[in-house]
Amino acid sequence: MDNLIQQLLNGITWGSIYALIALGYTMVYGVLRLINFAHGEVYMMGAMTGYYTARWLGLATAPGVAGLALVLAVSMLACGLLGAVIERVAYRPLRSAGRLAPLITAIGVSLLLQNTGQLVFGADPKFFPALVRSEEIFRSGAIAISNIQLTVLVTAVVLMAALEYIVQRTRFGRAMRAVSYDAPAAALMGVPVDRVITGTFVLGSMLAAAAGILVGLSNPKIEPLMGLMPGLKAFVAAVLGGIGSVPGAMVGGLLLGVIETLVTGYLSSTYRDAIAFVILVVILLYRPTGIFGQPQTEKA
Amino acid sequence: MRGALRAAAWLAAAGLVALGCGGGGEGANEIAVGHVASMTGDTATFGRSADEGMRMAIEELNGAGGALGKKLDLLTEDDRSVTEEARTAAQKLIQRDHVVALLGEVASSRSLAAAPEAQRAKVPMISPGSTNPKVTEVGDYVFRACFIDPFQGAVMARFALGELHARRLAILFDFKQDYSVGLADFFRDTVKKSGGEIVADERYTSGDIEFRAQLTTIRAANPDAIFVPGYYTELGLIAKQARELGINVPLLGGDGWDSEKTLEIGGEAVEGDYFSTHYAADSDDPHVQEFVKRFQSKYGSTPDAMAALGYDTAGILADALKRAGSTDGPKLRDAIAATKGFAGVTGKISIDEKRNARKDAVVLQIRGGKFHFYRTVSAD
Repeated sequence: MDNLIQQLLNGITWGSIYALIALGYTMVYGVLRLINFAHGEVYMMGAMTGYYTARWLGLATAPGVAGLALVLAVSMLACGLLGAVIERVAYRPLRSAGRLAPLITAIGVSLLLQNTGQLVFGADPKFFPALVRSEEIFRSGAIAISNIQLTVLVTAVVLMAALEYIVQRTRFGRAMRAVSYDAPAAALMGVPVDRVITGTFVLGSMLAAAAGILVGLSNPKIEPLMGLMPGLKAFVAAVLGGIGSVPGAMVGGLLLGVIETLVTGYLSSTYRDAIAFVILVVILLYRPTGIFGQPQTEKA
Repeated sequence: MRGALRAAAWLAAAGLVALGCGGGGEGANEIAVGHVASMTGDTATFGRSADEGMRMAIEELNGAGGALGKKLDLLTEDDRSVTEEARTAAQKLIQRDHVVALLGEVASSRSLAAAPEAQRAKVPMISPGSTNPKVTEVGDYVFRACFIDPFQGAVMARFALGELHARRLAILFDFKQDYSVGLADFFRDTVKKSGGEIVADERYTSGDIEFRAQLTTIRAANPDAIFVPGYYTELGLIAKQARELGINVPLLGGDGWDSEKTLEIGGEAVEGDYFSTHYAADSDDPHVQEFVKRFQSKYGSTPDAMAALGYDTAGILADALKRAGSTDGPKLRDAIAATKGFAGVTGKISIDEKRNARKDAVVLQIRGGKFHFYRTVSAD
């Protein structure tokens, strides 16, 4: 029993990373009906920015929560900017070009960032500095929670709560929902659609950057190609939850993390990646709207 | 359109001719030796260390007059720690650079990818550190300068049972790496034959960063020690996550741990753990101490096992070149196969009939953020 609880805890922590990345996919899909395949690379850039910021500030030798918050802030700002630039350069010029063209540019941007990353950062894995010194903070029977796992969970929850607030309670959030519901009508009502779309990219990219930092904290190996697999998995999570739905991405991410952990723990890690993509196929076949998605008809 | 196509064809043809002439042919003043190495990527320290060791050996040899009246020239081709690219790198070195021999790779999977190219071209290949038995089974042109996994796996199994008095053992191995799978197999067999018990048998994939699920399962089985025969990158993360989950039994491993990075990534989490490898830098053998001193003054760091093996690999080749009196593939092959009692820094090396090196293994312990010589395990 204790081990099952431990596995669930492991899964939720791991899943919260997927959830943070999945939110970016789902929000961009919500406003643009575009799968931003460069999103995994934004996550990679987040981790890299965090790595260099921490080293630059000498935080590697002085662990602490303040340092973590600072690294998180710098990295989120940098990636927010990166998200805005990607949208402006790669997607906005193709806004009226149908749905296939932006999808292809998305893959192009993804490859560009991967290879630029290898060129600039080098292909070698880097080891994220220990911004928080690992300690056990809770123990009951066989259940152990480290302060690192707790930090990951708390940060993810706080960020998701902040996002939920922005989406539901602010003017920008209302504008975002309006664009997602019907962009041309929103434009007629005076909603600055382009600004809202840029803002959506910024928000999603900031969350991806946070995910990058949290991974650096709990699984401290980062490299230029690290965004590939989590990017795809988070996409699966977003589809599982219902693409376009913000709570869906959160639940989908957590669920995928838990499923992967249970498969690895009780079956074999050999099946772990296969399971994620089997889920994708099954969802697309039997419930393409995912858990939270609303069935919708294609707009004319 | 037609014209453009024809121009392109001419250009390609011209390029081919230029390439053909560019290689270091027979008459050159230097003997070209190729090194397929992971200079970047997940196991970059292996390739770099081996390369440093080889370069030092070749520099010393050239300083002493070279071989066959010519100087040796080491050409290194990076495979970025990617299995498929090891094959391409070997092809490039053989076809473009016309190397007389191929050194490398360290990782068994990549040696297995490169070896068929060497065998087909009848270019002798010596791997410094691939311990999986299948590597030299590729063909009679493929050699290694190290011991093989059955020996290493058995050494660690006997060490766990005999020295640590462990009875319940767990295994966590990388099922994408021939090296790791091989070590796990031989460890498992030896433990079972010697009266121990395997209580958990878990796997991961190279490149994974999350191991808590497997470790939680292992923890539930309550083992006395855990055998983690993987490479240092994953090992460091595994050790950290194991300690976080409250697993405090020693971790055991093979020569895939032998890198400064194990200490950098693992930190306090790998304290007290043991692994088997090819040589100990703090051994009191004067031959080893002399090598360590020269290496430190050249590169400013302590040589790890791959640097020592790289040094010996180049040494074996140079020794064979002198005895063969020729850079001709078959003659050089015969000379390498006849290597007997070569005094390397990783021990006295003789090549056996299966083209493997017979020599002793050492077990190191990690203490105070350093590798310490623990004991030697004889090959006989």
